[in-house]
Amino acid sequence: MYIAVKGGEQAILNSWRLLAEKRRGDARHAELSLAQIREQLGLAVDRVMVEGSLYDPELAALAIKQAQGDLIEAVFLLRAYRTTLPRLGVSLPIDTGTMRLERRISAIYKDVPGGQVLGATYDYTQRLLDFQLAVANAGPPTAAQESVQSMPPAPRVTDIMGGEGLLAPETPTPGDPVPRDLTREPMEFPADRALRLQNLARGDEGFLLALGYSSQRGYGNTHPFAGEIRQGMVIVEVEPEELGFPVEIGEIEITECQMVNQFAGSASMLPQFTRGYGLTFGACERKAMAMALVDRSLRAEELGETVTAPAQMQEFVLYHSDNVEASGFVQHLKLPHYVDFQSELELVRKLRARHAAHATVSLSPSAGAEAA
Amino acid sequence: MAATETVEGYNFAYLDEHTKRMIRRAILKAIAIPGYQVPFGSREMPLPYGWGTGGIQVTAAVIGPDDVLKVIDQGSDDTTNAVNIRRFFARTTGVKTTERTLEATIIQTRHRIPETPLRDGQILVYQVPIPEMLRWLEPREAETRKMHALSEYGAMHVKLYEDIARHGYIAATYDYPVIVNERYLMRPSPIPKFDNPKMHMNPALQLFGAGREKRIYAVPPYTAVRSLDFEDHPFETQHWDHACELCGAADSFLDEVIMDDRGTRMFVCSDSEYCLSRREKQQPAVA
Repeated sequence: MYIAVKGGEQAILNSWRLLAEKRRGDARHAELSLAQIREQLGLAVDRVMVEGSLYDPELAALAIKQAQGDLIEAVFLLRAYRTTLPRLGVSLPIDTGTMRLERRISAIYKDVPGGQVLGATYDYTQRLLDFQLAVANAGPPTAAQESVQSMPPAPRVTDIMGGEGLLAPETPTPGDPVPRDLTREPMEFPADRALRLQNLARGDEGFLLALGYSSQRGYGNTHPFAGEIRQGMVIVEVEPEELGFPVEIGEIEITECQMVNQFAGSASMLPQFTRGYGLTFGACERKAMAMALVDRSLRAEELGETVTAPAQMQEFVLYHSDNVEASGFVQHLKLPHYVDFQSELELVRKLRARHAAHATVSLSPSAGAEAA
Repeated sequence: MAATETVEGYNFAYLDEHTKRMIRRAILKAIAIPGYQVPFGSREMPLPYGWGTGGIQVTAAVIGPDDVLKVIDQGSDDTTNAVNIRRFFARTTGVKTTERTLEATIIQTRHRIPETPLRDGQILVYQVPIPEMLRWLEPREAETRKMHALSEYGAMHVKLYEDIARHGYIAATYDYPVIVNERYLMRPSPIPKFDNPKMHMNPALQLFGAGREKRIYAVPPYTAVRSLDFEDHPFETQHWDHACELCGAADSFLDEVIMDDRGTRMFVCSDSEYCLSRREKQQPAVA
């Protein structure tokens, strides 16, 4: 005899306990500390901060620990916390030109004022598994003396280029309106660039990487060059109304990428270079570069280019970039759908019955006249 | 049902009061323009998108300490998602929860309208995955908004006509398109078309929340809701050759349950509370 399913509540509570046990793993090994995650899994922390839209390495480390290293789940946890925080104020725009540089690369000039600074990068590591790391207590490594700690600020490559008029200037929208806040207001189309960049900055790295890549393979080519990638610390300032002057509240680590793209010109614009822009918290260079490619692709309409490829389509990109939204909706398929499925079952049975009836009818020679 | 211990450090019903006010404004606008999708600043919720974040935000915005809440998924109070959402509100509000349709002041639902007729003063909150009825015909939001503004619903009629040309009838069984108040084409969240007639002239306020898509829409009490059809192909609901094998109801939506590995099937009410209360009436001794 069938008995309607009961006991969902107990099952959920049991599942929580089981999850806690799985998260801890084999108790013979030491438990991870947040400091270990923050210090030794820094790039994971950076990704969770940028896609979680909250600069807080400690909380990001907690989210990573709680999510057992599932970074999208960690982003979700951080976002769900962020949404409950009050807005105390808005900082002044950061000036990336004054960045305390840790890395700075330009692919369009052999040398630039301030120089090329390789910094800490996986680019030239040759990707051989380092079995030394498998052995604990190897002692802390030390960087060479001329490490980048004392690098003076260097001008942005794109600012140096601007002089000749070869590079389209980026100026604030007339009146410099306050940008809309995606986390407080719904997206509207057409979305202006500030809104698009906000969406991309929160967007999933994998999604942007694939879209940027697709633009390089011919789906809306933007002829990009990495004008400059810079990573380092910038100062954040606020200007409390009652004081009337800016106050420094701290430093954050960011990565900025400015792609320089060929532009053939149009009826109203001379041929010149245009820009795609990427900005992330922490050292998320791959994401910053992909973001810059997609940003430039999304400017197709404004620059009078024909929109043909997914990377150029605002609604396609901006509605599908968010991994918390995507992950939730894809995984909601786990929820019961028996009512819809029951309706479909009935329909498919009906359609099959009709097909079968047709097949039988067409076998008899006199059926032709009845076919309508 | 006794309220679970409430969590500390969060406002009543989780959302802060400013957010609730913003959502209530959207709800009021939605009620004023029946069937129109109002964009709203949907918040990130501690439950995943696609699992009812829109319905949860609507419920959180309208619920008060004296409300009695019922949550169903697929008609049942006992599916894990319904249990989870009910627990969420029990923890964040401390309100009384119930499984009785008649006792509830707010009913949050996914995919069904209860079989027991609703009454004046009740609020039915639907969880909506995709609010746009025209989405499968036109993927661009900018376009579909224009189509609604111009009441340009020809594409939907053509789709239904094509179904009839191909199959002999309209091959839509759930998410069946409706016109609200003879103006806006509305997606009834994915309820089976069996439930569509219940929306028409319903005494309860029907609110629809789509969190991921950031839209709220509404059918005010006693509003006309017409399922699209043609004169020679009138709208029909599903029929079963069976009655519920537990309570004997012949008027309810039935779920098919597979009983063994030889394909033995059994049909039972999808609305578990309706089924149980019928059985209790038949056999008052059943605890």
